[in-house]
Amino acid sequence: MAEDTNKFDVSYVAYLARMHLTDAEKEKISAQLKDILAYVAKLNELDVSHVEPTAHATPLSNVFRKDEVQPSIDREKILKNAPEQVRDLFIVPKIVE
Amino acid sequence: MQYEAVIGLEVHVQLKTKSKMFCGCATEFGADPNTHVCPVCLGYPGVLPVMNEEAVRKTILTGLMIGSEVARFSKWDRKNYFYPDMPKNYQISQYDLPLCAKGLVEIKLNGGATKKIGITRAHLEEDVAKSFHFETTSGVDFNRAGTPLMEIVSEPDLRSPDEAFAYLTALREILISGGISDCDMEKGQLRCDSNVSMRPVGQKAFGEKVEIKNMNTISGVRRALAYEIQRQTAALQKGEKVSQETRRWDDATGRTSVMRTKEYAHDYRYFPEPDLMPVVVSEEMIAEIRKLLPELPEAKRQRFVKQYGLPEYDAGVLIASGTLAAFYERAAQGSRNPKAISNWVTTELLGKLAEAKKTIDECPVKPEQLSELVSLIESGQISGKIGKEVFAEMFAGGKAASLVVKEKGLVQVSDTGSLDGFVEEAIAKNPKSVADFRAGNKAAINFLKGQVMKLSKGKANPQLVGEILLRKLEGG
Repeated sequence: MAEDTNKFDVSYVAYLARMHLTDAEKEKISAQLKDILAYVAKLNELDVSHVEPTAHATPLSNVFRKDEVQPSIDREKILKNAPEQVRDLFIVPKIVE
Repeated sequence: MQYEAVIGLEVHVQLKTKSKMFCGCATEFGADPNTHVCPVCLGYPGVLPVMNEEAVRKTILTGLMIGSEVARFSKWDRKNYFYPDMPKNYQISQYDLPLCAKGLVEIKLNGGATKKIGITRAHLEEDVAKSFHFETTSGVDFNRAGTPLMEIVSEPDLRSPDEAFAYLTALREILISGGISDCDMEKGQLRCDSNVSMRPVGQKAFGEKVEIKNMNTISGVRRALAYEIQRQTAALQKGEKVSQETRRWDDATGRTSVMRTKEYAHDYRYFPEPDLMPVVVSEEMIAEIRKLLPELPEAKRQRFVKQYGLPEYDAGVLIASGTLAAFYERAAQGSRNPKAISNWVTTELLGKLAEAKKTIDECPVKPEQLSELVSLIESGQISGKIGKEVFAEMFAGGKAASLVVKEKGLVQVSDTGSLDGFVEEAIAKNPKSVADFRAGNKAAINFLKGQVMKLSKGKANPQLVGEILLRKLEGG
């Protein structure tokens, strides 16, 4: 995506992040994001044709745990972090799809 | 114009593990809300998920059962979206390197022909929380969040609701036979979404695709597809266009309605999960898992038909669960009448289990005890009717059949001396039936036979009773 730094729909990205931006903010952020992308695009100048793509810096794999049950956390403690609770449920604004 | 349906299914299966995918919380169903949760499955910042090895192995075993190519290198990705059922705002899933690619599930069509349905992929992810909707708010229970969930995607090879039904049935049998999942749809252990489009018969290109969600039973899937095919066909025949959208199935009204259209389609912005290292599957690991391969359902069904002389239907009922099939095989072992054993298992035993809301694992009657009961009936020591009474007693108290028969004095009366008395009493008490019989109404003897059985409290040998009655009626 770094190839085309000029085409950038800031409204769409803001929508995906559930951010409400004013037109002035959109303009400002759009310019900033373009700068950031141009900066990251510098990486394209490197020749990485001989490097295996990876998502990690450490050569680890298969970090497993045994299928064993560990104690969960006390519900009262957990629900202290709920914005609101009813019948031991986390209460959130009504979800409709 | 004639149209044909093109259907693909996405099946989500909760794996049968004790603990969650990335933390040690229990996966047990039906616990009090928010009691099986921890910082990992609640998505607290700074926590580290760790893979449940058993879930990875079960996914690989599934791949082996459906003839997939098991990936030698597989990785995790974040699927980003905002929804309260997923507190991290992303779901850990697999995007471009799933554990299993390709595969086949063979289905049986009406009339006995078979068809191979292609599998696109099977990958592992984490289940989301369960939400409840109230008047003005929603409530979330995170017990389910983080349960290992396998997604199996089929190729668009299905052409009718019946084929979709057969595919789900076959897939479910395979998953149960491998101990991958219990596939209890009522508990949400197997869930299904469907893609369906219509195209003129003979056309290669696919039509506009509609996704259907919220089908909670296998027959619900069949009904939803039948409705959707009819809806889309009617639209096309009127010259209208089918729009690409997601629709929700309502089982109560038997209709689908729009959930979201293409403009609101999700953009999940997948990217590699930095917190989880990749899975490297070695030849040794596959060889080890291969040893766990069970006898596949279709092979088992055929073997039951052949080995025990059962009708296909009976065999199908018995193999629907691995433990039930094992119970049957133990009971049928050494029995002279495996078909009778099957009848008892599929009717009385399953009936009593359902009544008592018990599973076959909790059955108080042991296979050997059922086998003994059937041989008591076979040898004529008790009648089939008394057999049911004995079975109820065995089920209630876990006692052996012979013990119940002895304790209750239920042994079938087969000596003519004692039976004579009952027969004479029945004849004396029912002069009308006797007269009817002698007047030529031969069926009247059945009533008299019934009376004798009643007098003997069901213990008389019915065949002998018939003979004695006939002799006395015709002789007198």
